[in-house]
Amino acid sequence: MSARKAGRILGVTALHLVLYAGALVTVAPFLWMVLTSFKELPDILTYPPRWIPSRLVTENFVAAFQAAPFGRYYFNSILVATAVTLGQIVTCSMAAFAFARLRFWGRDALFYLFLGTMMIPGQVVMIPSFMVLHWLGWIDTYAALIVPGLASAFGTFLLRQFFLTIPRELEDAARIDGCGRFAVLWRIILPLSKPALATLAVFTFMGVFNDFLWALVVISSEEMRTVQLGLAIFRDRYQTDWGQLMAASVTATLPILTVFFFAQKYFIKGITLSGMKD
Amino acid sequence: MNRSRPAHGTARKDGLGAVLFLSPTLLIFGVFVIFPVFFSFYLSFHKWNMFGAEKEFVGLDNYLAAVQSPEFWMVTKNTIIYTLGTVPLNMLLALVVAYFLNKKIAGKRILRTAFFAPVVMSSVAAAVIWRWVYEPNFGLLNYVLSWFGIPAVNWLNDPTAAMFALIVMGVWKTFGVNMVLFSAGLQGIPEHYYEAAEIDGAGKWQRFWNITLPLLSPTTFFILVMSVIGSFQVFDTVYVLTSGGPLGSTKVLVFYLYEHAFKFFDMGYASAIAYLLFAIVFTFTLLQTKYFKGSVHYTL
Repeated sequence: MSARKAGRILGVTALHLVLYAGALVTVAPFLWMVLTSFKELPDILTYPPRWIPSRLVTENFVAAFQAAPFGRYYFNSILVATAVTLGQIVTCSMAAFAFARLRFWGRDALFYLFLGTMMIPGQVVMIPSFMVLHWLGWIDTYAALIVPGLASAFGTFLLRQFFLTIPRELEDAARIDGCGRFAVLWRIILPLSKPALATLAVFTFMGVFNDFLWALVVISSEEMRTVQLGLAIFRDRYQTDWGQLMAASVTATLPILTVFFFAQKYFIKGITLSGMKD
Repeated sequence: MNRSRPAHGTARKDGLGAVLFLSPTLLIFGVFVIFPVFFSFYLSFHKWNMFGAEKEFVGLDNYLAAVQSPEFWMVTKNTIIYTLGTVPLNMLLALVVAYFLNKKIAGKRILRTAFFAPVVMSSVAAAVIWRWVYEPNFGLLNYVLSWFGIPAVNWLNDPTAAMFALIVMGVWKTFGVNMVLFSAGLQGIPEHYYEAAEIDGAGKWQRFWNITLPLLSPTTFFILVMSVIGSFQVFDTVYVLTSGGPLGSTKVLVFYLYEHAFKFFDMGYASAIAYLLFAIVFTFTLLQTKYFKGSVHYTL
């Protein structure tokens, strides 16, 4: 009996060890990035690698920000990500309200068509979207980064599923009191949907902030670059300047990792919801 | 549903309201999804450099040029190798971690945060970091391998090693997503199934094979389909980690498409590649549905 118990304790301990070792390996590249970004050059180019800097310096950050306008890149990324996020909350909640609450001809067919567009690879629509923006004269502007993202099938789906769980009785009372549909959405449904809205917001913000290919295609001038585009071009130019590259990478990942730390449950919820489509 | 009002009046009013509520979304979708889907199909039968006014109809030439091009087959092969390298490893790792995190583990939240963190960071930054990890002289990976007596590898300059490096990074970057999905699936399996099996004397492995895996199969199937679709569309990490090199050994389909569209401005050809990619992904999805749907248990 005690041998079995000892075996179990051993097993549990081993399991913990393996899991924590795995987690450590997973975050090791992050740690290495952060530590390298604060190292002096001799510390970086040393073998065997030294984890802990012999002296903490900020010169890599200073040099990176002097070599490229990362402040401007930041501003662009945050502006674009915020605009798209707010825009999607408006458009998706309106569309979701129509699909969840209004009765109109062809509603369900339209909804499934909508879901179907999620299966289309982005590359199929990329070239004509670029041309539309070219015709509009929007290439290399904020509009090119923002407008195509102002609607989302995933966001509409996510909010519709949530709206369906809200009891209709709450709205009936408001409508008898003479509230219009916009008022019902704005005053009753949206306040009750904060978790779903938060999930959509963190997801959209992360997606837009981290997006690369679209920015690469529609942006040509330096002052319009987003953080990810700026970082990719920076890495082309400073191939082996590891200190600066790591400093720039720390800068490019910090906002999302911070949001992630405080809003983790919404990220997890978003992933889980995306897995419930069928 | 609208018990308080006559149905016909509501339906008519709702129709108007629906147009109003849906119009922003429909406008954006019309311009940036629906129109592009048809227009790129139309373009794939034309020769056009985007700046000229003339679109010359060339029939199936773009598609024929693609299937006759050795480079197209090379990038398709590379994409398939990448998919075969990442998806099974990714899913296995995700399932194992999710399975054990579903048990009584101290510090579950910290562990989950750690495993999930690579998912939220940008692919560009991730690839920059991994270039440093793979650095041949001072990089972390060669150093760790040296503990086991493995000689230094020039990861990103050797054609075989570069694809391997891309795969390892791809798994690291995305397995957290699947871990979360598997976790949700595992939590959805009712406890009493396990209790009943335990009473019947089923061991740990038997319970895993006969209860966990079958009941998890809808999740597994969904993850498989989504992972294959995702890995066929890999681009960002390739662009930053290897730029498709060395010698084209990591050039994948989307990278090839990007080059033809926005470097050579061969819009017709690039559109044909986009549709071929769509067709390949669609075929794979159908095949997976055909071969795995039979073994997916939806009912409890």
